[in-house]
Amino acid sequence: MLAPGHLFVSGYTVLLVLFGIVPVVYSLYLALTKPAGGFAGFGNFIQTAEDYRFLPAIEHVAAYIGLWLVSLTVLVTLLALVVHRLAARRTKMFIRFAYYIPGALAGASSVLLWLFVLNPSVSPVSLLLKWTGNGQFGQVIQPSHLPLIFTVIAFWTGAGGWILVLYGALNTIPADVLEAATVDGAGPVRTAWRVQLPMIGKWITYMLILSLAAGTQLFVEPQLLSQSSFGVVSNYYSANQLAYQYAFNQNNFNGAAAISIDLLVVALICATVLIARGRLFKTD
Amino acid sequence: MNEGGAARRQLRSYVFGAVGLAAVVSLAACSGGTSIGGNGGSGASSSASASPYGFTTAKQDAGATITVWVDSNRVPAVEAFEKANPGVKIKMVTYDGDANGSDTFRTKSELFNRAGSGWPDVVFTDDDNAASWGSLGGTGTGNLAPLNQGSKQLVPGTTLDGFASGSLGVCTVNGSVYCLRNDLAQNVLWYNKALMDKWGYQVPSTWEQYQQLAAKVAKEHPGYIVGTAGDAWTPEIYMWGSECPASQVTGPKAITVNTGSANCVRMAKLLDGLIANKTMSTQSLFGPQFVKEQGSKVLMLPGPDWYGGAVFQGLIKTPKGQIAVAPALHWAGQNPVTGAVGGGAWWISSHSTNLAAAVKFATWAATNSAYQVDLAPGFPAYKPAASGWLAKQQSSGYWANDIAAPITAAAGQVWSGWVPPEFSQESVWSTTVLAAMTQGKTIESLLPAWQTAIANQAKVDNYTVKQ
Repeated sequence: MLAPGHLFVSGYTVLLVLFGIVPVVYSLYLALTKPAGGFAGFGNFIQTAEDYRFLPAIEHVAAYIGLWLVSLTVLVTLLALVVHRLAARRTKMFIRFAYYIPGALAGASSVLLWLFVLNPSVSPVSLLLKWTGNGQFGQVIQPSHLPLIFTVIAFWTGAGGWILVLYGALNTIPADVLEAATVDGAGPVRTAWRVQLPMIGKWITYMLILSLAAGTQLFVEPQLLSQSSFGVVSNYYSANQLAYQYAFNQNNFNGAAAISIDLLVVALICATVLIARGRLFKTD
Repeated sequence: MNEGGAARRQLRSYVFGAVGLAAVVSLAACSGGTSIGGNGGSGASSSASASPYGFTTAKQDAGATITVWVDSNRVPAVEAFEKANPGVKIKMVTYDGDANGSDTFRTKSELFNRAGSGWPDVVFTDDDNAASWGSLGGTGTGNLAPLNQGSKQLVPGTTLDGFASGSLGVCTVNGSVYCLRNDLAQNVLWYNKALMDKWGYQVPSTWEQYQQLAAKVAKEHPGYIVGTAGDAWTPEIYMWGSECPASQVTGPKAITVNTGSANCVRMAKLLDGLIANKTMSTQSLFGPQFVKEQGSKVLMLPGPDWYGGAVFQGLIKTPKGQIAVAPALHWAGQNPVTGAVGGGAWWISSHSTNLAAAVKFATWAATNSAYQVDLAPGFPAYKPAASGWLAKQQSSGYWANDIAAPITAAAGQVWSGWVPPEFSQESVWSTTVLAAMTQGKTIESLLPAWQTAIANQAKVDNYTVKQ
């Protein structure tokens, strides 16, 4: 007889198998075989690693992830703490709503919105763009600006949801703990640093893992930017885009699978490290 | 505690078993694998061995709806055909037409080949390199139907002969023709006659004269432009016209690239000089800034024949009676040659289940005056339609001179030393040269980087590169 918990999880498990585990196993199979069939060993991995676009793509993704994870952690935690501190309930409700709205837009739609914001001739912040010496669209999207641009877009879309999650996590801290801290003479900064943050550490780790997974798969933003800039931003900017090119432009699904497995391995290693250090699954 | 543990272990083994089973099932289903580069593609049925058309066709159904892919500019062609032929059922799908090197047709074709179904029947592309990857035999994927093979050709020879000489060259592989050319896009010199007359300038006939005129314009009428260098197709206007060997395809998978040659350098120097004195725009014609900032200041534009409709009438909306056409520019001492920017084509899928309707539509769209003369924005590749198109354009009264003579002359002057390869030269130029130009680098300094980028992309597509 299945317990209620198992029944509850069964739907998710089916989907996990269908859309998570099966594609991964299939990718592994593809990555280790040749297009015409037969075992290829590490041939596909070597072939894709020797592609002149591979290393730049990895560097781009690494720069983006570095910038994004740091800014995400710092800013989201800060904003969650600020919202939590606010006394007025109405303000809290309004701000939570406002933070969440950008996240409600599907990925591609928010990128389209940003395409307008980044274009000096139609942007609402065109003055700001011109002051920083980027009066033309081509200057805004030059290669050195791209990690920052993608970070801003990803933050705008994704941060809101995480602020609410961390806000909820902050709510789980018992009120008497916070009272005790106040009684002991801790100001808001001390309380946040010494009391609140350690208690929501697991949630921050959880946020980092999911953001890392999403970040390594950077695709929509550079792809749309590539199309709207008529190719000035290349369509192999990120590793995921390169895999796409391998699959659909060069008809080399095995190479595409090899790149995907590369990304998976990196994400798994980072996630394992984060879980171990963040003691995510440790129960008291 | 023990019982609970045993139950849990049993459940876990069930879950693992299910996952493993799912994995094995999926692997088994997929182990059929894909045959890449097969003749006729995987959709061919066994009912027709060798059809009279020279390739294995799918099972034909005379009443089937045909799926036609067009870009937004070709939608009128489908609508006009439906009006003239109500009996043929068409499902129209609009897509980007492969513009700006997007390679959508190829991308989707690879996907359909993988899935074994989903191919459209007729496709219009702006990018003419489909034959390089979709032809039958050799390294091609076999997606395209040859039009002139077999005991009974899909398209009769008399029709194919009606196209301008050389226009079907881009889609001919080993003697098999795979497309019907929609329009030619030979480059000519567009200029504003009203302004030229007002300021007493003479229309240049060589690049040298063009350069001198630009210097004058920079001094006497700053702000006015004589050309644009911010588009993905810029090399196809200037470099191609200068006989720069950046895209010399010499065999099915062989390309010669030498952007350091004198022909390329001289054009790069010309472009850099004009960018420096601000008579050459570095903005993209169809980007959001050009029309607002420079649209009213266009004195001259070397460019393809479709600039007339798309740029002057459609984009900038110059008032009538101002724009005229002059013969394409060439270097003094060079035979008159010019480049070409696009010129789309209609392709028929070898997987079509209604070849009769597909051929009927494609032939109608490429040759019938109801579309090509009355509605088409570009110079038709089909000769009878071309003269009709020119007459109709002239009679509209928009043009300030006789546009037929220079356009017709240029059609025969397109340099054959530049052939579109499997990959998009436009996207290589965009990513490598355009991106660096916005940061102030000169085109001449970027020639080596351009060379490397073309060679790299060619090697990815398994070309042997001679540099």
